[in-house]
Amino acid sequence: MNTTWSRFNITSVVLGFAFLYLPIVLLIVFSFNESKLVTVWGGFSTKWYVSLFHNQGLMDATWVTARVGLISATVATVLGTLAALALTRYTRFKGRVLFSGMVFAPLVMPEVITGLSLLLLFVAVGLNRGILTVTLAHITLTMCFVAVVVQSRLITFDRSLEEAAMDLGATPVKTFFQITLPVIMPAIVSGWMLAFTLSLDDLVIASFTSGPGATTLPMKIYSQVRLGVTPEINAACTILIAVVAIGVIIASLANKRREVQRQLDEQAAQRG
Amino acid sequence: MSSAAVTTASASPATSTGKSVHARLGAAFSGRLVIIIPYVWLLFFFLIPFVIVFKISLSQTAIAIPPYTPALDISGGFSGFLAQLKQLNLDNYTWLTQDALYFNAYVTSVIIAAISTVLTLLVGYPIAYGMARAPATIRPTLLMLVILPFWTSFLIRVYAWIGILKPEGLLNQLLLATGVIHQPLIILNTYTAIFIGIVYSYLPFMVLPLYSALEKMDYSLIEAAKDLGCPPTSAFWKITFPLSLPGVIAGCLLVFIPAVGEFVIPDLLGGSQTLMIGKTLWNEFFGNRDWPLSSAVAVILLLLLIVPIMLFQRAQARAQEMDR
Repeated sequence: MNTTWSRFNITSVVLGFAFLYLPIVLLIVFSFNESKLVTVWGGFSTKWYVSLFHNQGLMDATWVTARVGLISATVATVLGTLAALALTRYTRFKGRVLFSGMVFAPLVMPEVITGLSLLLLFVAVGLNRGILTVTLAHITLTMCFVAVVVQSRLITFDRSLEEAAMDLGATPVKTFFQITLPVIMPAIVSGWMLAFTLSLDDLVIASFTSGPGATTLPMKIYSQVRLGVTPEINAACTILIAVVAIGVIIASLANKRREVQRQLDEQAAQRG
Repeated sequence: MSSAAVTTASASPATSTGKSVHARLGAAFSGRLVIIIPYVWLLFFFLIPFVIVFKISLSQTAIAIPPYTPALDISGGFSGFLAQLKQLNLDNYTWLTQDALYFNAYVTSVIIAAISTVLTLLVGYPIAYGMARAPATIRPTLLMLVILPFWTSFLIRVYAWIGILKPEGLLNQLLLATGVIHQPLIILNTYTAIFIGIVYSYLPFMVLPLYSALEKMDYSLIEAAKDLGCPPTSAFWKITFPLSLPGVIAGCLLVFIPAVGEFVIPDLLGGSQTLMIGKTLWNEFFGNRDWPLSSAVAVILLLLLIVPIMLFQRAQARAQEMDR
């Protein structure tokens, strides 16, 4: 049988990844450009990073974004995990079709619709637009992504583990926290990270639902991009990319370590 | 194991660890709450807002804040309700059907989204296929590399293309320097730029479902076809493609539905000359502050997308059944 990776396949993968990564690499490279022209190389410089830190508006927006992201990702993780449990553990309850519809629809719903509808809700209930409304909107959007991530882990979960724990006298609640939760924890962690980056990233929904004093970083970047491309924005984007990349790498390393630890534990258990 | 997520999870009502009766009651209670809490949240923040959008799309613009006169205020009792029902107007919808601008925007958006979806499929399929046929040891790394751009900001990735596609941008510099062209290509602020932007931004959404369908495939089927004298192209169309169809459908829907209502890409790469409904809605809302009309635009957009969204729903449910 032919198991070699054919030249055609290698070429398509390499070209595909070049397409995916080249724009990002160019963006990072030109953030270190001495020249104010983004597309002409004028020598290496980090001055745009320095000027970035003196840009008070950008700093404020970063702080708003960080707060919204942390709070909304955490609440969305709790709600999304509950939704995933509801979908996998309770196969029939009243209105389940509607429920699963409401979990999956936000994944593909155009953001302009979600943003507009949430804004009109906040106006209807008389909530002042600001950090709170952006946070609520982001929770609603990102909890659905968390639910999908956690659900895919729960589907493959071996429920005999839970049954064994309960046979040994553990209460359902204790079983959940001692058995189920640790097993699905990697999915919950990656769900949290996905929620956080989606919140960090969102322009459209934030623009609709935020008010004065609650300008998020994407909104700030967007308003500057409309005025033209500058190396300073490239620098801001590079920092954002670096933060996310470091987060993803740490998380995947932690996951790998946990996996190794688990295998060691299993081997020890088999020997003992 | 105690991370931030655990402490927040314990905030959900599951506190009784004492006597078994309490525990059982607690379990039954928390079992129901597992459903009720996210259900109520989504009802309130996802479903009810659509009802409000629909309601406001039937009302009239006002200069006050909020900039619309309320339609269907139930505080007036049943008779008041009936009186208001007569006042409901479909003006916004009539306006939408009469003004060619909106009609064109809807049609263009659907066409652009459809073409972009096909292009994304054409670009994504070879990548997904190559990944699925890669040695098993490097597959997780390749998968990680496809997902990674997804983690970096959508806005940034679209922004990165401005510097590449500009008339004095990097692509034109390269092509002029190598002598391929003698006049800079005008790509930015055209529909071509929108296609590039959508294909680029949504590529991971296409590759991932395709990959998971192709990876499950049994390649001995291809071997068998080859042994029986079937040429590679017809083996692809008779075996590989049909078997990857669930991935093709899921990927296409994941690209098509959000692309129809896309705002960032047409706005940043398409310029003022291109027309897409997401941008129209945005301008109607932020530029003209016409809330009722933008609500009507949203309602019709939603009606356009309801069938694809339901197809997506069903595809998701079926994929879940197969995993079980």
